[in-house]
Amino acid sequence: MSATTAPESAPESTDSRRGRKTASEAAHKALGNRTASAVALVIAVLWTLPTFGLFISSFRPETDVKTNGWWNFFTNPEFTLDNYRQVISGSDVDLATYFINSFVITIPAVLIPISLATMAAYAFAWMDFKGRHALFVAVFALQIVPIQITMIPLLQLYVQPILGIPQLAGPSAPGGGFYTIWLSHSIFALPLAIFLLHNFMREIPGELIESARVDGAGHVQIFTKIMLPLMVPAIAAFSIFQFLWVWNDLLVALVFAGGSLDVSPLTVRLAGLAGQRGEDWHLLSAGAFVSLIVPLIVFLAGQRFFVRGLLAGSVKG
Amino acid sequence: MTTDSSTQQTPKSAPSPSPRPDRDAADKRGLVALVVLVVAVVALVGLIVAGFANREFQPLTFLSGITDLFPAADSLGGKLANMVIAIALFFGVMGVILLVTSKLESRNGERVQTAAFLLPAVIMISIGLLYPAINNILLSFKNPAGLEWVGLDNYRVIFTDPSQLQVLRNTAIWVILTPIAATFIGLVYAVLIDRAKFEKFAKALIFLPMAISLVGASIIWKFVYDYKATEQDQIGVLNALLKLIGVDTYRFLLTEPWNTLFLIVIMIWVQAGFAMTILSAAIRNIPEDIVEAARLDGVGGLRMFRYITVPSIRPSLIVVLTTISISTLKVFDIVRTSTGGNFGSSVLAYEYYVQSFRSFDFGRGAALGTLIFVLVTPIVIYNIRQMRKLEAR
Repeated sequence: MSATTAPESAPESTDSRRGRKTASEAAHKALGNRTASAVALVIAVLWTLPTFGLFISSFRPETDVKTNGWWNFFTNPEFTLDNYRQVISGSDVDLATYFINSFVITIPAVLIPISLATMAAYAFAWMDFKGRHALFVAVFALQIVPIQITMIPLLQLYVQPILGIPQLAGPSAPGGGFYTIWLSHSIFALPLAIFLLHNFMREIPGELIESARVDGAGHVQIFTKIMLPLMVPAIAAFSIFQFLWVWNDLLVALVFAGGSLDVSPLTVRLAGLAGQRGEDWHLLSAGAFVSLIVPLIVFLAGQRFFVRGLLAGSVKG
Repeated sequence: MTTDSSTQQTPKSAPSPSPRPDRDAADKRGLVALVVLVVAVVALVGLIVAGFANREFQPLTFLSGITDLFPAADSLGGKLANMVIAIALFFGVMGVILLVTSKLESRNGERVQTAAFLLPAVIMISIGLLYPAINNILLSFKNPAGLEWVGLDNYRVIFTDPSQLQVLRNTAIWVILTPIAATFIGLVYAVLIDRAKFEKFAKALIFLPMAISLVGASIIWKFVYDYKATEQDQIGVLNALLKLIGVDTYRFLLTEPWNTLFLIVIMIWVQAGFAMTILSAAIRNIPEDIVEAARLDGVGGLRMFRYITVPSIRPSLIVVLTTISISTLKVFDIVRTSTGGNFGSSVLAYEYYVQSFRSFDFGRGAALGTLIFVLVTPIVIYNIRQMRKLEAR
């Protein structure tokens, strides 16, 4: 039975809203509804339990966490916020500082590439110039470059810039070295951002731009007054994606923060904790949730923008 | 469309036969701007080329004083101040560029506008991606310090040294297992919960791991895998289960070669949500008449799944598989956080980091980076082609 011969024999399914039979319903039937639900439930539990266990542990006293399993919480519930207090403000972990660093890294690393990419995308979509197509293909092709292939030379440029430009990395760098991280994230985001935003912009009807041009509007006016408002959903989608990418990143921060803890984000500190204090589960569990809370909020708030950005954006990196 | 009051209002349907004086002025402004731009770009490119050609050529050392103008970033206030300064600097510069070029309207003026929109991004990409990528490929043929040419030596080591071969083998296992398992689980789950009562909630459960960092995911799973000797109380779920059924506890992350599998589970856990979301959307898009017709022809159950569902969502399946393979080829955080690449669990992207930034063998690091590039490229190209097909439908 092949799918290609099928469509001709279905003339009567005009009233499709009612009594529709979908492929998945058929699968449900074959498996038996009970088996299907059971399988789905098993997957759901497997996917939730690890996080749940760590979450429970983050509220248990240190001795409990270290000596018996988190499931004992239900027979012997002891609740404390000490773990959070210790990871956030305790001098030996001090996640508050790294939380600030993550925040300081992420905001410019989202704003800068999005702005640059929106402008470049507008040029590629609606400005006429020689070599437009070739240049766009080049930018598009650069999406495939994995960031690993650029890191050593880029770091050398930051440490030893040409022409006597001040060092961007190292102890004497401006802003303590944040600029290398901001710049790197911005650069790595550009090709994909330009490509995506260009595709969105091409979907705007050309007559809109043309009539504005006839009315005497220049490109700058069209860009700021027509294009930007229309691009808000696309820009939001990419911003969320870039936010999660930068906030969750470990590699770029490790390489370009140069091991300086003054500018390292949460991920670096957390990975360090997991290495040095791998048995201190009361700290690791609370620390993990301190780092997870922001991306989870951003993700849940922007979920409807996310799926499209996800499909297109996963090629990045 | 309303225009800025400062711009000249030109009547729509009455083209003036003779150029008016303000037109001339605009033309002149545009030409001047274009000349200034061309001179500036030529000077800039010349300077950059000269700088790369001769590292001793350092005419801009006088700029070093600028560094002192930035506040130190060692306190909360200092960090936030630096962030605000960076954002203000950026938007200030872009704002000035837009403001200045918005006054231009002639043909030459529009060329300057185009450059103003394009050049910042193009310059950043050229210096930050293109130059480093080419430089890195050249570096991969050089010695550890990156000074002498060594031909293919770095690549020979990667493909002959036993520890490096193990890295390649692990990477292959990762790239084969992760996409298949994650896609399979995502697909099954998508089909099972399609139009179920709690569909949204059920999806969110699987989907949430996508939002968190791989570092966080690794910590979550390290806790699941936690090892204690059999006679002790267990704190890891898996070893507690083993003990419950009377089996000795197991060092999931330390026992070669199976630890690689247990690391892969973490990646599957993260990626299945992605597979489920994309495939669930694809399943919804299967035309109902196809399903209906097949049903009338007596197709049902698993055969429906096999012969109707899977072929109908084939393009989406391929996009999901390739996308997950690409992410998997670059997996770094999981290996670093869980095992530190020890106990024979290293992979290509982690080895790249170790060679480049731990052992400072820049030559071999560059070669590993180039290898990731070479492996990823065909998958990405295939992925993009499939995605375009998918969008065209």
